[in-house]
Amino acid sequence: MKLQRKNRRALAFGALAVSGALALTACGSDDTSDGGGSSASSTANASTIKCDDAKGQLLADGSSAQKNAIDAWVKQFTQACGVQINYKGGGSGAGVTAFNNGQVAFAGSDSALKPEEVTASKKVCSGGQGIDLPMVGGPIALGINISGVDKLTLDAPTIAKIFNAKITSWNDPAIAKLNPGVKLPSLKIQAFHRSDDSGTTDNFTKYLIATAKSDWPYDGGKTWQAKGGQSAAQSSGVAQQVKQTNGAIGYFELSYAKDGITPVSIDTGASAPVEPTTENASKAIADAKVVGTGSDLALQLNYATKADGAYPMVLVTYEIVCDKGNKSDTLAATKAFLRYTASEDGQKVLADNDYAPIPDDIIAKVRTTIEGLS
Amino acid sequence: MDTTQITDAPPPTPQPTEAEQKRAARGATRPGDRIFLGLSRGSGILLLVIMAAIAGFLTYRASIAISKDDANFFTAFEWNTQLIPPKFGIAVLVFGTVVSSIIAMAIAVPVAVAIALFLTHYAPRRLRGPISYVIDLLAAVPSIVYGLWGALILVPHMNGLYGWLDDYLGWTGIFKWQGGAPRSMLTVGILLAIMILPIITNVSREVFRQAPQMIEEAALALGATRWEVIRMAVIPFGRSGVISASMLGLGRALGETMAVATVLSPTFDIQASLLDPGGGTFAQNIASKFGEASETGRDALIASGLVLFVITLLVNGAARMIIARRKEYSGANA
Repeated sequence: MKLQRKNRRALAFGALAVSGALALTACGSDDTSDGGGSSASSTANASTIKCDDAKGQLLADGSSAQKNAIDAWVKQFTQACGVQINYKGGGSGAGVTAFNNGQVAFAGSDSALKPEEVTASKKVCSGGQGIDLPMVGGPIALGINISGVDKLTLDAPTIAKIFNAKITSWNDPAIAKLNPGVKLPSLKIQAFHRSDDSGTTDNFTKYLIATAKSDWPYDGGKTWQAKGGQSAAQSSGVAQQVKQTNGAIGYFELSYAKDGITPVSIDTGASAPVEPTTENASKAIADAKVVGTGSDLALQLNYATKADGAYPMVLVTYEIVCDKGNKSDTLAATKAFLRYTASEDGQKVLADNDYAPIPDDIIAKVRTTIEGLS
Repeated sequence: MDTTQITDAPPPTPQPTEAEQKRAARGATRPGDRIFLGLSRGSGILLLVIMAAIAGFLTYRASIAISKDDANFFTAFEWNTQLIPPKFGIAVLVFGTVVSSIIAMAIAVPVAVAIALFLTHYAPRRLRGPISYVIDLLAAVPSIVYGLWGALILVPHMNGLYGWLDDYLGWTGIFKWQGGAPRSMLTVGILLAIMILPIITNVSREVFRQAPQMIEEAALALGATRWEVIRMAVIPFGRSGVISASMLGLGRALGETMAVATVLSPTFDIQASLLDPGGGTFAQNIASKFGEASETGRDALIASGLVLFVITLLVNGAARMIIARRKEYSGANA
């Protein structure tokens, strides 16, 4: 009798622990993709995926910025071809390291391979080297949370001054000048940046360097360099802080700019301020030049674009593969998967998930390069 | 404690025969003994070799990183390993780690000692079990859960305390609050205090329970109040135990990673005020920078890890010295 009662109590505790754990994981997951919508719109495409003789399992690792895009693609691709793709999203640095150690079939990265990384890749790609394929574009949104303000426009020098703690109040004349008719409160600006190294920081500061050099006297790079301000880990962390703090501003991928966060439009010098949308980001990426040599398609973005409707604060993430000397047991599957992601259907999935498709003439080069992988 | 073994009469042992003595002198001779001796000795040596290998590897990688470092490793206020040449320094991390741990200790030790005294000398017998059980449960909560709780519940509720501190102690500069989100060293210290409370409480409770009954009863017989008994008999007796318990807690506070990374707003500068967001700790910095770190970046993080290791060693060494000096309070002399 006693034993039974004990067991029941243990069971209750176990159930409590399990349900608690479940509740916590439910809160912790930051699945920002609009799962329902995207799967519905692209299920029809699954039949158009060409599998060839893709089989087995693919391991991949890299940029967390493109994780949601890869997840959406993998769902479709696995359904069509039955190939398991395991993309870890451990960060660009981890992805490149894993690639150069021969642990993954391809890596995702926010920035193109550096010369020394290309040299290192020659060990893994027998007879070839690692190349960058631009695959996922995305607008970096500036998000604000100011009670009573649901629309705001900023330009590059103002953004630089805000994040460099030179402008510290929302009713600063510089901001008011850009926003006629908007009632700005006398509220302290709380600027949030990333505490971890990230490609998002890299591209955001590259934009400031290209457009507001005198107000942003830093070198750039994945590490945040300005003093002052507050920080949080990952885009999800920054977005959460902005959501919680009145007077906050932060930068993150567009998919995080929702639920109480107001996206900021940018005055680029075009005829009207540009909103951060996937379409506007694609327009800015179309201005990019291919600077990679050979089959490498590394891009140089034009952050200072003044084209109408081109949102300049963008991020391009690459898939890194060997041009020659891919492992024979993963080559077919890698090619089939990348062929799908670069296809029209694959790129369409991006816009459904708040990413920007790569413009036509660049993605055409990517497709040709993928066919040539060996 | 070890003196008791000396004063105890040793159990009578039968005199060994001459053959047995010879065998004992030669060491183990039966095959089972020899195999076991070899295995255990091998394990011992293997452990040392592994430790040496790890230490050697870490020192090697750290030295590579420090030789590349363009800034002063000990005094620079920045951590940018992606620059060419890289610049990184541990000044902010040393400050943050030490300050957050000091805050945690200042809060946790008195509270833990009070709980332990309550449990051993004041609490009704019926309450002791449940309270001890709850404290054990606290110790079993993973640190990331503390981190989530800290970020979602503790931080939003700190505003009241921060405002109060700013009103009454703002003039000191240390408690000046400029209205930033309370993701600061003080909040981290409070969270760490909650995290290290169980271990200090548990060990202190065990130590106080060992306080010699005779002395306590003698003091009571002489007319001492319960507080006087505690002050004159229990606390002096338990002091070295409480110090070791605190050092266990301090070790945890120094190395705590995920909770700090979740709650703090890390920046690479030192704030004069404990209430302003900013700063960082060794473990938090390693956790948040590792994912995107390049080869040099990892080496730099390893170098900072070595420094944390050395700090922990120094703290533990100091604790051992304090405890050794207070041996006279050991229960065996009672």
